[in-house]
Amino acid sequence: MTAVLATKSLVRRFGGLTATNNVTFSLPVGARHALIGPNGAGKTTFVNLLSGVLAPTSGRVILDGKDVTAWPAENRARAGLSRTFQINQLFADFTPLETIGLALSEAHGEGAEFWRRVGTHRDVVDEAVSILERLDLGDVMEDRVGSLPYGKQRLLEIAIAVAPKPKVLLLDEPAAGVPEGEREQILDIIAALPEEMALVLIEHDMELVFRFARTISVLVGGALFVEGSASEVARDPRVRQVYLGETEIDHHFDKPGGAS
Amino acid sequence: MSTGRRTSQAMSWFANRARWRWPEIALWIAAYALVILFPSRALLFNEVAILALFAVSLDIVLGYAGIVSLGHGAFFGLGAYAAGLLAKAGAGVAPLSDPTLGLLFAALVCGFVGYITSFLVLRGADLTRLMVTLGVALIFAELANRMAWLTGGADGLQGVAPSKILGLFDFDLYGRNAYLYSLTVLFLLFVLARKIVQSPYGLSLRAIKGNALRARAIGIPVNRRLNAAYTLGAAYAGVAGALLAQTTSFVSLDVLEFHRSADVMLIVIFGGVGTLYGAIVGAAAYKAMYDILAAATPQYWQFWLGLALVLLVLFVRGGILGLVAEVRRRIAGHGK
Amino acid sequence: MLTILFDGLAYGMLLFVLAVGLSITLGLMNFINLAHGAFAMAGGYIAVVMMQRFGLSLFWGLPAAFVICAIVGAVLERTLYVRLYDKSHLEQVMFTIGLVFMSMAAVDYFMGASPQIVDVPKILDGNLELGFVSINKYRLFVIVFCALLTVVLQLGLSKTRFGSRLRAAVDDARVARGLGIDVTKIFALTFAFGSGLAGLGGALGAAIFSLDPQFPLKFMIYFLVVIAVGGTSTITGPFFASILLGVADVAGKYYTPEIGGHKIEIGGFVIYTIMVLVLIFRPQGLFGRAPGK
Repeated sequence: MTAVLATKSLVRRFGGLTATNNVTFSLPVGARHALIGPNGAGKTTFVNLLSGVLAPTSGRVILDGKDVTAWPAENRARAGLSRTFQINQLFADFTPLETIGLALSEAHGEGAEFWRRVGTHRDVVDEAVSILERLDLGDVMEDRVGSLPYGKQRLLEIAIAVAPKPKVLLLDEPAAGVPEGEREQILDIIAALPEEMALVLIEHDMELVFRFARTISVLVGGALFVEGSASEVARDPRVRQVYLGETEIDHHFDKPGGAS
Repeated sequence: MSTGRRTSQAMSWFANRARWRWPEIALWIAAYALVILFPSRALLFNEVAILALFAVSLDIVLGYAGIVSLGHGAFFGLGAYAAGLLAKAGAGVAPLSDPTLGLLFAALVCGFVGYITSFLVLRGADLTRLMVTLGVALIFAELANRMAWLTGGADGLQGVAPSKILGLFDFDLYGRNAYLYSLTVLFLLFVLARKIVQSPYGLSLRAIKGNALRARAIGIPVNRRLNAAYTLGAAYAGVAGALLAQTTSFVSLDVLEFHRSADVMLIVIFGGVGTLYGAIVGAAAYKAMYDILAAATPQYWQFWLGLALVLLVLFVRGGILGLVAEVRRRIAGHGK
Repeated sequence: MLTILFDGLAYGMLLFVLAVGLSITLGLMNFINLAHGAFAMAGGYIAVVMMQRFGLSLFWGLPAAFVICAIVGAVLERTLYVRLYDKSHLEQVMFTIGLVFMSMAAVDYFMGASPQIVDVPKILDGNLELGFVSINKYRLFVIVFCALLTVVLQLGLSKTRFGSRLRAAVDDARVARGLGIDVTKIFALTFAFGSGLAGLGGALGAAIFSLDPQFPLKFMIYFLVVIAVGGTSTITGPFFASILLGVADVAGKYYTPEIGGHKIEIGGFVIYTIMVLVLIFRPQGLFGRAPGK
């Protein structure tokens, strides 16, 4: 299988601390991959290195066959790498309609057009509306983002990343902070994403991980600890050891429900 | 509801947001009517119009691109000298001394310099930007002072005599045509700016200002967009400076002084940042305040200005327009 | 040549005393106080009033300027500045420029717009003849005084408990808070002390540079240059930056090369250019440390 996103010996140090330690990683087209690990394992740092928010100390990042190590985040985004953030990063003064409209016009390369009014391209507006409806934001699309309830904001955080139809989508704890009743909805939305889109999920909730992931990487102390199919990882005694004491996770390792 | 209907609804929502509203139209009609109602104050109105354009230029940089500039006066002064020197070179004869050509020349010169300096400005964060913009402005002021052979130095640039506007209208002694000329330039550039901020490009500027991290993550080339905005703001400021040079037939080192940069920033904040109209309202309020307070105590008007700033920061978010919106919200809230 | 170096050194030392408080508070709270020069001006005028109205010597004016400015700084910090820390840089700039304008107009109202003439104490008047060179006594006093002050500051920062807490807070306010250091209190004290130093510098410098209501605006620019070049993480950075600036400024006024038949006074131009270049290529300052993170 061809890798749509890969890293070679990726290292990132903060002062004396090594947050990402020599990670070589490869993500095939259409992957359903989960990135797990105990707190402070360097998961978010790794995602920031992939998306270009941080520059690595050494090593390479390869996106769709191109070396993008030196590319800023915006270039990687235009090359088909999209992400959500653990803490919502939205435009508080926009409406969801403007937010998605903007993401789409940037993806279509129309973002620098200054001679026409926003919202005159029917196909773009149409696409924005259908994305918003698909993510259950149709009723609030003309409201101010900053005053939406948290669950809706979380959906918008996903919508804005999905809108440009990326090749790779990095989901950094998409259900973080979402009340129990609304988690299901987020999971359904992720499950309904196009098959060819490669997904990476960073998540603490093992139930979510095993329902979603076909493959799993375990990050410990910034380094790749174990990698393999969901069921392999679930059975791996070393992984159990890392998670020992975290009873809820233990429980899920005993019966890996959604693993295929 | 079908998606098709939703789309039409969404499109009309966009269209509605960009619509011209009656207070806007009334404002512009009133601005033109002023010259008929108070012909003797035309010179003052002319100053307000120029100040308003200068403030609009800073609002593009500050309110839309989010670049805190403490040296925007550099472009005002540069534009004034560019237009003044061109008019002088033409010796009062068209086409070289035509004011409209002078505006274009000032816009090009300032746009070019703005583009080059935008790379320096954008390298740093807020505090660094503040100091770089200030530093660039100081360099310009020093240069103008030292290059007396070109700028006239402390004596100012003498003999700036623009010819008739488009070969049709002369600048009269009472400033009537000067005001109409400045107001028309302000109006046209305002309409253009209004159009730009409502375009996809303008939306992307708002996005960058609102959350640069997210803006990058959806592929917005942040620096390139900001370069363009800074360039546009510089060109606008240059035109404002050019208007001053043409309508007063004089350019002095005063156009590059620090207080210009501080005043214009104050005006934009007074009026309301990132609204465009705030710049106009702020300029009018500033001049009115100056007229009243400076008439009472000419030396100490700075005190009241400072006090207004302090109170504004402490108690009012969003300047005068913010205050108006707040009052309207309160009234609407009571109505329910 | 030696005279220029000497005058420049005196000027630079003064600048350091004036600016060091601003540099530390900026590093500590990431708060830009453009009104710092107003405290310096206040110090200058306090000394002037004491000398002119009460006939006291400058030696009384110096401590008075320090104490009064420190108290005023502490009061303003607790009542007004404290409300601005969580506001944007833009609002901080506007607020402090507002204070600058108010202070300028107030001084103009009470003291008049013309520059103040300050008599130095008799004992420091005139020049010291050293055979090959004659040295202005007052400038020598300024250099010695500021040098001692700098040594005391450096020792205070490195040897005392307050100093080590202050350094920790500048380094990383969040971590310092986590360690149980009361950063707010440290900041208030530092702000007051820095304001006092600015007042002291203003009183000390009143006899050297012209003291008029335009002072805070004029020196705001110099302060920014000191910070831009010196960085905000240490006091040695601003110290060397001040000396450099002082010497360059004085030298720039003496040397006016002719280019194409026109006399060019390079002083200000060179300084502003240096500032912009430093900001662009070393945003943490010429002497500042590279950020650890």
